[in-house]
Formats: sequence, structure tokens, C-alpha cells
Amino acid sequence: MSDAGNRFRTLLGHRLFWPVAVLVVMLAANTVYRPGFLSVEVNNGHLYGTPIDILRLSAPLILVALGMTLVISTGGIDLSVGSVCAISGAIACLYISRAPDQDNLVTVLTALAMALGAALALGAWNGVLVSVIGIQPIIATLILMVAGRGLAQLVAEGQIITINSGPYRAIGLGHLLTLPLAIFIALAAALLVAAFTRRTALGMIVESVGGNREASRLAGIRSGRVVFLVYVVSAACAAIAGFMMTANVSSADGNNTGLWVELDAILAVVIGGTSLAGGRFYLGGTILGALIIQTLTTTVYAMNISPQTALLFKAVVVIAVCLIQAPAFRAKFRRRRSGTPPPPQSSPQRQKEQVPA
Amino acid sequence: MTDSRPVLTMTGISKSFPGVRALHNVDFRLFPGEVHALMGENGAGKSTLIKVLTGVYGIDEGTVTLDGEQVAFNGPMQAAAAGVSTVYQEVNLCPNLSVAENIFIGREPRRLGAVNWGEVRRRARQLLARLDLDIDVTAPVASFSLAVQQMVAIARAIDVQARVLILDEPTSSLDAGEVAQLFRIMRQLRDEGIAILFVTHFLDQVYGIADRITVLRNGALVGEYPIAELPQLALVEKMIGKELDVLELMEEHPRQTATATEGGAPFVQVSNLGRRGAVAPFSLTIHAGEVVGLAGLLGSGRTEVARLLFGADRADRGEVQVDGTRTGLRNPVQAIDQGIGFCSENRRAEGIIADLSVRENMILAMQAARGWLRPIPRRRQDELVDRYIKALSIRPANPEMPVRNLSGGNQQKVLLARWLITEPRLLILDEPTRGIDIGAKAEIQKLVVQLSDGGMAVLFISAELEEVLRLSHRIAVMRDRQLVAQLDNDDTVDADRVMQTIASGAEHEEASR
Repeated sequence: MSDAGNRFRTLLGHRLFWPVAVLVVMLAANTVYRPGFLSVEVNNGHLYGTPIDILRLSAPLILVALGMTLVISTGGIDLSVGSVCAISGAIACLYISRAPDQDNLVTVLTALAMALGAALALGAWNGVLVSVIGIQPIIATLILMVAGRGLAQLVAEGQIITINSGPYRAIGLGHLLTLPLAIFIALAAALLVAAFTRRTALGMIVESVGGNREASRLAGIRSGRVVFLVYVVSAACAAIAGFMMTANVSSADGNNTGLWVELDAILAVVIGGTSLAGGRFYLGGTILGALIIQTLTTTVYAMNISPQTALLFKAVVVIAVCLIQAPAFRAKFRRRRSGTPPPPQSSPQRQKEQVPA
Repeated sequence: MTDSRPVLTMTGISKSFPGVRALHNVDFRLFPGEVHALMGENGAGKSTLIKVLTGVYGIDEGTVTLDGEQVAFNGPMQAAAAGVSTVYQEVNLCPNLSVAENIFIGREPRRLGAVNWGEVRRRARQLLARLDLDIDVTAPVASFSLAVQQMVAIARAIDVQARVLILDEPTSSLDAGEVAQLFRIMRQLRDEGIAILFVTHFLDQVYGIADRITVLRNGALVGEYPIAELPQLALVEKMIGKELDVLELMEEHPRQTATATEGGAPFVQVSNLGRRGAVAPFSLTIHAGEVVGLAGLLGSGRTEVARLLFGADRADRGEVQVDGTRTGLRNPVQAIDQGIGFCSENRRAEGIIADLSVRENMILAMQAARGWLRPIPRRRQDELVDRYIKALSIRPANPEMPVRNLSGGNQQKVLLARWLITEPRLLILDEPTRGIDIGAKAEIQKLVVQLSDGGMAVLFISAELEEVLRLSHRIAVMRDRQLVAQLDNDDTVDADRVMQTIASGAEHEEASR
């Protein structure tokens, strides 16, 4: 086998190869359909264009998915993030809407702090249910997923809260250094989570707990605390995402803010290569996954696909992405093409390589 | 027997994994009506050969013929359908399903499209009767002992008109009586003309049942021998490849009691420690530098004692003193704080974190003790990991390899390293040598001796009496979840005496201390 071939195989085997490939293909398809798709122009000192939009719009999803990555890494799942988005957005907007001067920075910061505090409490609630009481994560967070919508409604007294606050709107629509502020917030959150997990031993401990909880306990890890912590982190990420979502439209709607974002987030995590069974997590992959999902949504709009078929289209692409990533599927495909049956496990891409015992 | 044609031939088999050449040009043949032992150290390629044969792995080079026809299975299901059935070391049954369901899972007899449960139960009973096993086939598999589960797995394997039965370390979790039962069944199947491929680490068992031996070393074939032409010592030499001092160690006289016990101060003293349903209250003192062996049959409460001492389970009575001060061992964190380490017998479920690398697995306990906010600097990690990879000769010596890729013996060493890095004062080893090869076994035994000479206390649990006798200063004997005796391991103690104590439980002779 040639050296170049070898290198190509290594590249093919890289964890992020397929997500990146999918993203590139999607962008290329869009460009073919609409040649101006990738163009970016400067207007008023700000950059505008579809790629920038994709980045800006994917920011909330990236935030939610970051927290979700950690939760999934412990072998859990957090269905309540959408509701937490709605509650935190509603609290922040409510506080601002009642303030005498909505443009006051202190007011906005107080609102954010209050809403974030509430989100941390909600995350702690999830954490206690899962780690102390021992309820299955999917059920434990389902409680808040359902009840949280009600809470958000209660906070907003059943109304859509509209505000007119410059500083708050900036979270979603502001600019910094020619780029949307939201991109920087998401980037900062990603770096923070990365530092929080990879600069400390937290990442390894989370992976260890997710990989084998009992073995981790016997190695002296207080698994309960770690699990508790990731739900709190997840809620905090969701809260910030909630601020962005509500800031984008300067209003908080308890019913619709962050609706179904938990599903997109889970999808982003899985596309990024983190196993739903827990264990190793990949923050970079998660961010790519979120970008893929947002690109897909934008594509649906850009190609004028009718709303009736949009969801179906999305589903088809997502299934394709997941299949392409599955080593078993690729192996099957290769076998059919080459005619001889090379065994699936011999493929270099296979991640869970087993070697001799 | 050997004049017939082989039912299975493997020729020139090679198999590589990224960075590892697992098999290189290996030949293997199996005749009908024989028990053929496949021997080799950990990592010699035994499991790989089996997995290549059954199609779990693909073959890089070489051919497999079954009854003269070339075959290439794409998985164990296909292999089983062709008559090559495998029973793995870890029993692969669904614990919550019934015995009958487990035997027929995936190929239930049907009537009009629906599963014919009456037929399932009837045939399950029939099959088990063939193995002389009379159990309730509707009870969940989990309610039976490991030995019975193993039989159920074998029943499932032979039901599919098996011509080749592969038993991959079937005995590693069985006690002597259960092994005898298994052997009886193996002989019976052999006499029916089934070819049995038998992998084990227990040399005695090989000579108890095998007709021929094939030896692998480092992924290459050493040779195929009729059992009569290969005495035990020669076999070990062929497996290891050189005459190691291992063999001398294996012959070594039991440890002299006087060396450490008198000098060492009591480290852990427990009195009347117990847990309802797990182990009756017991008292035990472990001194610094002392090796205390824990002997007893499977299920006699050995592991339960270890778990109480480590806080893995919470004791519901009794008290604990460490260094003469009263304290509690309510959870592993507390025990680790007191300087206690614990290698579980259940390596896969309670030991290694398969996803993580060798390095991460090794530093895990130390990191946990420091807390996540104080990561161990990478350079210090590499230093520690390198040192223990060398000291314990862990192979392959790649700290970044996922620990799942290592063989059982090397995983065990990684676990040992995890605790040695924390520099414990008492190390509890529950079956540290089970299911690993003779070389690694000797290394671990030697390590225990070194550690105790260095002042570490060791609680050594093993089903192999000889090992306990060889290493321990003192032997605590368990029977029916009670600690029935503590024997100083002096000249008067031998395997017979310990066995008698286990058997009768009558000898309530407290240790002279």
C-alpha cells in the first residue's frame, strides 16, 4: 500500500472526517443551487452573508449541545434543556419588561443573573433526581421538560413578554469585531467548557463515570457528584442559549422558546461522535454537529423547500449522515461494491478496535 | 482417533491490528472426537485465533476449511449455523431471560408464526437432561450459579448440531466440583464425536482432559503435540519460550511466617464486622508487611469480606480500627483515604474503564483522591505510567492505547498499577491471577512478595489453594459466609489441612494471636 494511500486511510479513519465531509458537501450543494451562497459582504462595518447567518443561528444550539455532550458522556440524557431555555428567557424578559429603564445595563445584567440562578437551581433539581434519588435520566429530565413549559407560562402569566432593550437584544443580534456577538458567546462557552473539562481532570472523570460507573466508584470517584455537576452545567448552557433565542426576537414565549432544541442537541452530540451509551466525549465533534444541523435548516429555507416537506427532507439527510458514520453500514456498502466479503471488522475506520486477548 | 480426517483445518492464518501483529502464519487442525487444548500466554493469540475462526474478525491471510470445504464466516451466528459453536469466558447469556429462552433465543421453534413456548421448554429440558442438568428451565438464568449458567451456554452451543465446540476459558470462574462436572460433559460430547477446542490457563486441567495440545507464542505457532509427548514442564517452557525463574518460584517453599508478622504493627483491625445477607460478623487483624490469604470455596464470602474492608459495601455492624484509631469504612473514598486499595475479581465490570487509555486507567485512583480540580501534571502522569508499564512489563507498552485492546493479564496489571500508584498501605487483591497466563501469574505473585517485604499489607484472595499457601503469612478460611478459622502458615499447614477446614468448618481454631 502506498504511503499516500496510507495517509488517506488515516484521514478517512479520523473521527471528524465524516461530519466535516457532510458539512462540505452540504455547503457545496447549496453553492451549486445558489452561486451566491458562500459570499460574504461588508455592510456598515459588519459582515453579512449566509455563512455568517449559519454561524449566528447555530450559536444557541452549540451552547445547548455543549452541556448535552457532558450529560451524554456520563451515560445520561437531558430532555429538559428546551424548557430551561424558555424559563430562563422568560425570567430575564419579565424582569427587564418591568424595569423603568429597559436599556439600563445593570438592569439587564441583574435579569441575566436572576435567570441564570434559576436555571442552576433547575439543573440542580435534575442532578438530584438522577444522582441522589437514582431516577433514570430520561424520566427524571422528562419531568422538567413537561413541567418546565408550564413554569415558563406561569412566569410569563400566559403572555408573550415583549421587551425593547438594546443591551439584551445585543446578545442575539449585536456585533463585535464585525462578527455577530452570539458567535463569540458560543465560542467563549465552548472554550470555557473545554478548559473546564480538559484542563482539569473533570473530563476524564466524566468519561470514566460514563464508561463504567461502578468501576469508577471503586476507584474512589464520587460518581454522584460528577453526575450532579453535569446536569447543572447543562442547565447553565441552556439558560444562555435561552437568552440568545429570546434576544433574537426581543420577546419570550413560554410555549415556543427552545421548542425541540433538546432533540437537535442530542443529534448534534451523536453526529459529533459521542456515544449515547456514555464514555468518551468530543466537544469539537458536537460543535460540528450543531453546524451541520443549522446548515441543514438554512438549506431548507434557501432552497425554498415547502414547509410541508421540509421536515421530511431534514429527516432524510439526518438518516443519511448517521448511516455514513456507522462503520457497520460503510463496511456493508464496501463489501457489496467489491464483491468479495472483506469482514467488517478489518476496516481501519472501526473505532472500537479489539485486539488480541 | 487421529487417523480420521480433521473436521477443521486452519492454514497459514495471519491477522494484524493497527500496530499489533496478532497472528502470523498459524496452522491449526482439529479432529472429530478429541479435546484439543490451545495453549499460550496472554497475548499469544489464542482468543484472536478463535475470533478469526468464528468470523468475529476477518482474516488477513490464510484459509479455513470445515469438512474439506473452504469457509469464511462473517460472524458467530453463521459459524454456529455451520456447526462451529463457541462458549466464551464471560458467559454470554441474558441474565433476565429464562433458561429456556436463553437456549433458543433467536431460533425459537415456531408454530403458525408464533413462538411455540411449550416446545421451547420441552426441548430445553431435553437438552439439559443430555448434560445431566435438572433445573427449572423457566427460571431466569441469573438465579443460577455461574457454573450452571456455563452449562446452559454449552447446551445452547451444542443444540445447533455442533460438530466443533469452542470453549474459551470455561473454567476460570468454576470451583473444583463444577469443573469436574464440566469435564464429564466434555468427555461425553467428545465420545459423541464432537471436536472440542479448549482454552484454559489451568495446566492441571489440560492434563486432566485434553488429547492434544497446540501451543502459540507471540502470535506464531510453536507446535502441535499429543498430550503424552509433552510433559507439563516442557509445555510451560514452550509457552514462555525460555526457562524462566518463574518455574523456580512456582516450586518455592511456602513463605516463612516469622519474617514480617512479628515486626509489623497492626494496620487494620476489624471486630465483628458483618453485613446481613452477605457475610456473618468476623474479626480480622492485618499487620503492615503481612500477606493474609483468604481461602474458601466460590461463594463462601471471600469477596464479601474484601468489599466490606474496602467500603464497597457498607457493613451494618461491627467496628474498624486503622492504626489503632476507630474509624469507619463506609465507602471506597474513605477506605482509599485510609490507604486501602482494592482490585476487584470482576475486572471488566468493576475494574477497568474499557474506553479510557492505559494511562488514564492507571492514574484514575490517584486522580480521584486528588479531586478533579487538581489534575496530575501530564509529565508526572507519563513518569508514573512509564515506570509501572516497565515494572509490570505491560504489553503492548503504549500508554495511549485503549485498555480494552489489552489482553486480560495486561488489564489486570493495569489495575494493579492503578493502586500501586496510590501507594496504599493495604492492598486487597481479589483473584488477581484468575484467567491470566502462567508468566503474568508468576510476576504478580512475585510482586506480592516484594510489596509485603516493602511493608505493604496484602489481603490475597484466590480460589487456588496452592497460590494462597505459597504467598500468605496467615490464612483466613471462609466457609458458608463465615470466617471459620485463621491459620498461621507454618510447617503444619498444607493444602490438605486448609481443605479439611474448608470442608468441615469444624476446626474453630483461632490463630494463636
